[in-house]
Amino acid sequence: MFEQSISTLAQKLRNKDLSSVELTRHFLARIAKLDPQLNSFITVNEQRALEQAAAADALLQNGKGSSLTGIPVAHKDLFCTEGTLTTCGSKMLNNFIPPYESTVTQRIQQAGAIMLGKTNMDEFAMGSSNENSFYGAVKNPWNLDKVPGGSSGGSAAAVSAGLVVAATGTDTGGSIRQPASFCGITGLKPTYGRVSRFGMIAYASSLDQGGPMAKSAEDCAHLMQAMAGFDDKDSTSAEQPVDDYLANINAPLTGLKIGLPKEYFGDGLDSKVADVIMAAVKEFEKLGASVKEISLPNLQLSIPSYYVIAPSEASSNLSRFDGVRFGHRCDDPKDLLDMYMRSRAEGFGTEVQKRIMVGTYALSEGYYDAYYLKAQKIRRLIKEDFVKALAEVDVIMGPVAPTTAFGLGSKTSDPVAMYLEDIYTLSVNLAGIPAMSVPAGFVDGMPVGLQIMGNYFAEAKLLNVAHQYQQHSDWHLQIPTMAKGA
Amino acid sequence: MSIDKQDVQKIAHLARLALTEEGADQYQHSLSSILSLVEQMQSVNTDGVEPLSNPLEMTQRLREDIVTEENRRDAFLANAPLTEAGLFLVPKVID
Repeated sequence: MFEQSISTLAQKLRNKDLSSVELTRHFLARIAKLDPQLNSFITVNEQRALEQAAAADALLQNGKGSSLTGIPVAHKDLFCTEGTLTTCGSKMLNNFIPPYESTVTQRIQQAGAIMLGKTNMDEFAMGSSNENSFYGAVKNPWNLDKVPGGSSGGSAAAVSAGLVVAATGTDTGGSIRQPASFCGITGLKPTYGRVSRFGMIAYASSLDQGGPMAKSAEDCAHLMQAMAGFDDKDSTSAEQPVDDYLANINAPLTGLKIGLPKEYFGDGLDSKVADVIMAAVKEFEKLGASVKEISLPNLQLSIPSYYVIAPSEASSNLSRFDGVRFGHRCDDPKDLLDMYMRSRAEGFGTEVQKRIMVGTYALSEGYYDAYYLKAQKIRRLIKEDFVKALAEVDVIMGPVAPTTAFGLGSKTSDPVAMYLEDIYTLSVNLAGIPAMSVPAGFVDGMPVGLQIMGNYFAEAKLLNVAHQYQQHSDWHLQIPTMAKGA
Repeated sequence: MSIDKQDVQKIAHLARLALTEEGADQYQHSLSSILSLVEQMQSVNTDGVEPLSNPLEMTQRLREDIVTEENRRDAFLANAPLTEAGLFLVPKVID
C-alpha cells in the first residue's frame, strides 16, 4: 500500500476496497518498524490519527470528502498543530503545545487528510543536512550513513521510506528541494506568498515558504489543491487566484522552452550528477521541448546575500525566545539579563546561535549598510536575472545540489562547505519564484534531483512539466531497499 | 574577514547569548569564515540599485482596527510553567 499514489489510494477508499483506518494502521506499523533506523519523526500521534481515520471513513461512507480524505500525511515540526507538540527541532520548544493550528495544517486537515505525526528537522529550519536537530540526525533511507538533506529531512526520509504518503516541508534556501533530491522524492517550493505562513515558526520571513513533499508531482498537486490560497491571517499572503493544479497536469509539453543556465553547470558540479541532469533534459526534448542556454550571472552572489539576509531576519524572529514569552527558561537566574542570556544559550543549538550572531552583526550599528542593505540590493539583481531569463523561456532546469547526499558528519565542522551545498537553490528563494525537485536518476546508488524553476505563480505549469516527465520515467517509483518488505 | 574573541563576546552580548571561553573560540573561527564568505558582496557595484526586501514587492496589508480574536486565556496559559488566578507567574528578576 505504501507504494501507491494518492489518486490510487483515494479511489480504493472511495470504492471501499480499503478503509482509512486500515491504511492508517498500515503506515503506523511501518513507522514503528522502520523509523528507529531513520529518526524521521519527532512525534507520532497514533490515537489522534486513528480517530481522524474513523471520521474520514464515516465521510467516505456517505460519498463525501476530497481526494485527500483518509490519506495519511505528516507535517514538518515547525507547523503549529493545536494540541500536538511542536518543537521546531529545538530544545527551546521541547514542551510547546500550540493553542492554535497553522493555516497549512488546518487546510490539509479540512481536506480530510490524517496527520500521523510531526517530522524531524534541522533546528529552526537552519541546515542543509538535518544534523542540527535537538532530537538527533535523520538518516537517508537510501544509505543510512548519509544525510537526508535539510532542513525538511524528516519529511523527505519519511516519504521516501514509505512511512507516510506525503508530507509538508518548508523551503527558506532549498529545504524542500535539497532533501527531496537527496531522498529521491518530489518536492515543490511554491511562489513566496502562495501558501500561508500563518502558524509556521519563522526562520527568515521574507524567504520562508511551505510546500508539499510526495512521491510524485501528481501527489504534490493534490496537496497544493488544499494548501494554496490567500489567507488574511498572513500579511504576506498573495491575493492571487489559485490554479486548479490537476486540471492541466496532463497537457503535452510540445513547444515548451527550457532554459539551461550555464552557471549551473560549471565548476563544483559533480560530473556524474551533471550527466544525470543532461539525460533528463534530453527526455524533455523527446517530449517536444526545446532547449536554450541562458545566463543567471549573479548566481554566485546568492550565497553571500542569503547568508546575510536569512540570519538577519532570524536574529529578529528568534528574539522572542527569551525564557519569558516563549521557550526554555534557565534555572535560578540572578537577574533579567542573566535569564535572557542563559535561557537562549541553553535552548538554542550551535548552528542557530551562529546564525543569530551573524544576523546580529549584520544589523548592528556601522555594519547595516555594508551587509544588510548591500545584500538586499544584490537580491534585486538576482531577481532581475530570473525575470529576464523567464521572459525568454517557460521553465529553467538544472541540478538541485552539486552532489548527491553526503556522509553524516562529513561537513559539520566547516560551515562554509555546508553552505556551498545550497548554491543552486538559494537564488530561487531570494527571487521568490517557484521551483521543484524531481527524481531524475542515481549516482552510485544515491538519488539525483532535477530542479525545475518557473515564473511567479506558475506552480501548475511546473507540476505539469514534472508530471509529464514522470509519465515517461520511473525514477520516482524506485524504493530504498530498507523500505521494502516491511 | 577575521574577527577577534572580544568581537564575538560583544556580538553574543547584543544577541543575548551567554558564551563560555571555549564557545567563544569555536564561534570566532566559524563566524570569521562566514563573514569572509559574505565579503564577496563588496566586489559588486550596486550603485543605483534599489534594495529588495519582499520578493513580490508587496506592501503591508492593513485591516480594520477591530478585535477579531476571541478570548482564549486558558488555552494560552496552558503552556506556562506557573500560573495563578489566570495570570502568568514569572521569576522575580527586578528588585
